[in-house]
Amino acid sequence: MRVEDLLLRVLNYSKSKVDQTEVLYIGQKSALTRFANNFIHQNVSEKDATISLRVIIGKKIGSASTNRLDERSLKQTVDKALEIAKTQKETLHPKSLPTQAKYANLNTFIELTAKCTPQERAEAVSEIIALAQKNKVMASGAFSTNAMDLAIANSLGLQAHQMLTEAKLNLVVTGEGEASGYASHLSRDVAVIDPRALAEEAIKKCLQAKDPISLKAGDYAVILEPYAVGDLVVLLGSMGLGALALQEGRSFMCGKLGQNIAGENITIWDDGLDPLGMPMSFDFEGVPKRKVVLIENGIAKGVVYDSYTASKEGKSSTGHGLPAPNTSGPFPLHLFMKAGDSSIEEMIASTERGIYVTRFHYTNPVDVASTTITGMTRDASFLIENGRIKQPLKDLRVNQSVLKALSRVSLVSKETRLVEASRFPGWVRVPAIKVDKFTFTGTT
Amino acid sequence: MHNLVCKALALARVKGATFAEVRVVNRRSEILKVKNGVPEVNTSNNSYGWGIRVIADGAWGFASSSRLEKQEIERITDRALQIARASATTKKEDVVLSPIEKIVGNYRTPVEKDPFDIPLETRMNLLLQAEKLLRQEKEIRISEAFISLFKEKKFFANTEGSRIEQEITTCGGGLIATAIKDGEIQVRSYPNQRDCSTAGYEFIESLDLVGNAERIGSEAVMLLSALQCPSKVTTLIINSSQLALQLHESCGHAVELDRALGTEAGYFGTSFLTPEKLGSFRYGSEMVNIVADATIPGGLGTFGFDDEGVRAQRTQIVKDGIFVDYLTSRDTATRLNQESNGAARADGWSKIPLIRMTNINLEPGSWKFEDLIADTNEGIYVEDSRSWSIDSKRFKFQFGSEIAWEIKGGKLGQMIKNPSYVGVTPLFWRSCDAVCDESSWQMCGTMGCGKGEPMQIIQVGHGVAPARFRKIEVGVTT
Repeated sequence: MRVEDLLLRVLNYSKSKVDQTEVLYIGQKSALTRFANNFIHQNVSEKDATISLRVIIGKKIGSASTNRLDERSLKQTVDKALEIAKTQKETLHPKSLPTQAKYANLNTFIELTAKCTPQERAEAVSEIIALAQKNKVMASGAFSTNAMDLAIANSLGLQAHQMLTEAKLNLVVTGEGEASGYASHLSRDVAVIDPRALAEEAIKKCLQAKDPISLKAGDYAVILEPYAVGDLVVLLGSMGLGALALQEGRSFMCGKLGQNIAGENITIWDDGLDPLGMPMSFDFEGVPKRKVVLIENGIAKGVVYDSYTASKEGKSSTGHGLPAPNTSGPFPLHLFMKAGDSSIEEMIASTERGIYVTRFHYTNPVDVASTTITGMTRDASFLIENGRIKQPLKDLRVNQSVLKALSRVSLVSKETRLVEASRFPGWVRVPAIKVDKFTFTGTT
Repeated sequence: MHNLVCKALALARVKGATFAEVRVVNRRSEILKVKNGVPEVNTSNNSYGWGIRVIADGAWGFASSSRLEKQEIERITDRALQIARASATTKKEDVVLSPIEKIVGNYRTPVEKDPFDIPLETRMNLLLQAEKLLRQEKEIRISEAFISLFKEKKFFANTEGSRIEQEITTCGGGLIATAIKDGEIQVRSYPNQRDCSTAGYEFIESLDLVGNAERIGSEAVMLLSALQCPSKVTTLIINSSQLALQLHESCGHAVELDRALGTEAGYFGTSFLTPEKLGSFRYGSEMVNIVADATIPGGLGTFGFDDEGVRAQRTQIVKDGIFVDYLTSRDTATRLNQESNGAARADGWSKIPLIRMTNINLEPGSWKFEDLIADTNEGIYVEDSRSWSIDSKRFKFQFGSEIAWEIKGGKLGQMIKNPSYVGVTPLFWRSCDAVCDESSWQMCGTMGCGKGEPMQIIQVGHGVAPARFRKIEVGVTT
């Protein structure tokens, strides 16, 4: 049965019993080849499809979901959502579901990615392993290829359907003398993932990072690769770039809209339609994606909305709703940070004494109001002295306000890179940056 | 269903697998959440599917599907074999499994009151009552109360003849109060890392959410005007809930043998507890005794059999401070010439079993909590986890707690906000000079332990009593 027909059938089950119904279908075919110590040790595939329902009766909402798509199970799920809605108390802010919309025609499905075989992934991994063995290092990582069928229909006539693919290769290379390096790439198109180039990037780093030294904790100038910048920007998103956080007073943006919160060279936005990110035409409520400028030239400009938070302020959703039920509120899944005109080489050359960071590990917010986060550096950090990389460094602990760091950015690279958020959902395209003062509170 | 599973196993054998196992899993959950007086979430989920893991040409392959039907059985089994043969192209050596007994059996979480039998309205009314009491003071800007119910029915079968059925029931509830004033945010929760248990609805009743709500809301507000945590080296006493997370991050993950062998290096990292340290490395002081116990009632990592069909066990991990064992699976235990100690667990039907914590418990000591405070001249007592971060080898960490009190002259003094502490795992545990006794030992845990690629989220338990640590650096400054 076509997905559209399935959704309409489920809508019909509840038609006479509720005021509004929304049906969300997420079908997934995922495959992942995982390797470590230069061999494939885990290799999996998964196929699933879930129907999630939201029903509204007056001011009461119920939701239920199932991955059993036979008629009996679907009817039971509708009945469950109805039972839940009926026993629910009335909400203060009734949600009206979004209405019909037009969607951007984006190329989000690449057949080659969807049809990638275990043999093809194994061949890519073999190429990485061969390069690792040649350089006497160990390669670990994962190569995944996924296809998603996302469809939404509601009783107000909204119908949205999009197929999406994602290919991703993450690579950690380790060598003697506590050395390690990292590289990753992701795209909707598996053909643009270059295992050899990634292996060369990670191996080069690893070979440079042998026998790291400890560095005294303190404030240093720091050059952050896009992997590290992406982590900070997504953490910033998690600490208050969604409307619910702002409405509840727990966002760092509270009372700051229109004010300067970062350096003039910092502009951050969310754009789900940009092909340089991981584009998708609509959010999980079927609302078209829209570009939202969050910070422009250092000034706090706005936050992203879903239909619930938008209706509370009499605004329109910006297309940032997550699958219901969602208590976290809308989230910027497609973040971008504006490029500059510098390069990593220029940043190093301009640094008298500082630290070069490839990426962070296990970062978490410490204080949302001040946007302070903590985490460790990982997979190749270096001491820079007199404009040159001098020595690899052991991992360092960071305790730093993200906004303070973004207020002290002196150089921004022209090149940007698309990276995946490590601790939160979403993708982010960011440049490398040089921060003149960054706080490290410990070392290993 | 059993016939289809047997067919998949037979098919895998016929097509060249030297080993195969199938798991069929049905998961059901119901989540209720009330926020600021409004029922925000009221949802039910049902997920059903199966997965087959095979060894062919000496390597692993796994495939899964939400449809358990004749044609799908053939397609998915073929897929698993195809994947195994692709894995074999890079193998260094054949996968070797530790032997296990053939088991035909079952396990069911003992429950007094099946939580799914409790009417929705009863649960909702409890939450509305508790949540209202959370926000008695105007500074409480966000007040939340939740109840979660989970039931997982599993059928496991392998080509060695095991046939196991299990039903794991988990439920819990909690409260979160967020106080905001002049741009400062303080959060207080109850019961923090003790919010869920493998038990019936009687566990939720025992939490007394209503009886604790007003205190939690009030403490969140008091934190706004509390003393800032000083930066110094001092004595630290940690409550069960905070110590549970400490144990989780610095011991539980560190003793996973796959991490120690490097097979998680590509994502969350490795472990400083490398195999040559086994049996001799001083992990902690003599006060520190840690077990992995999947048999203890109520633990979030309590079951009858792991997801490789290995019977639940109690394994000493740290004995009198010495690191004596890892958590293992069938294919990693053989690397140490051991048998699996039953720690292979999978997140539902669509994922492979990985080495996961069961219940990693700090054995009780001999101190009464009141005596421990009275015995401490100067220090800080911290409660309940707020933030955490640890390096990729589980060696250096930083934790933040929700609330603390200064200790002066053997008595709890002023409230302290934003408490945090840093340390190095073995140095930290070696500085432990007192662990409280059974009277304050509590089963805590987390529903959200993440590991692996694709990410698997699993529930794990931690039985802990408050403990004292000397010369700890507190109050991280930025």
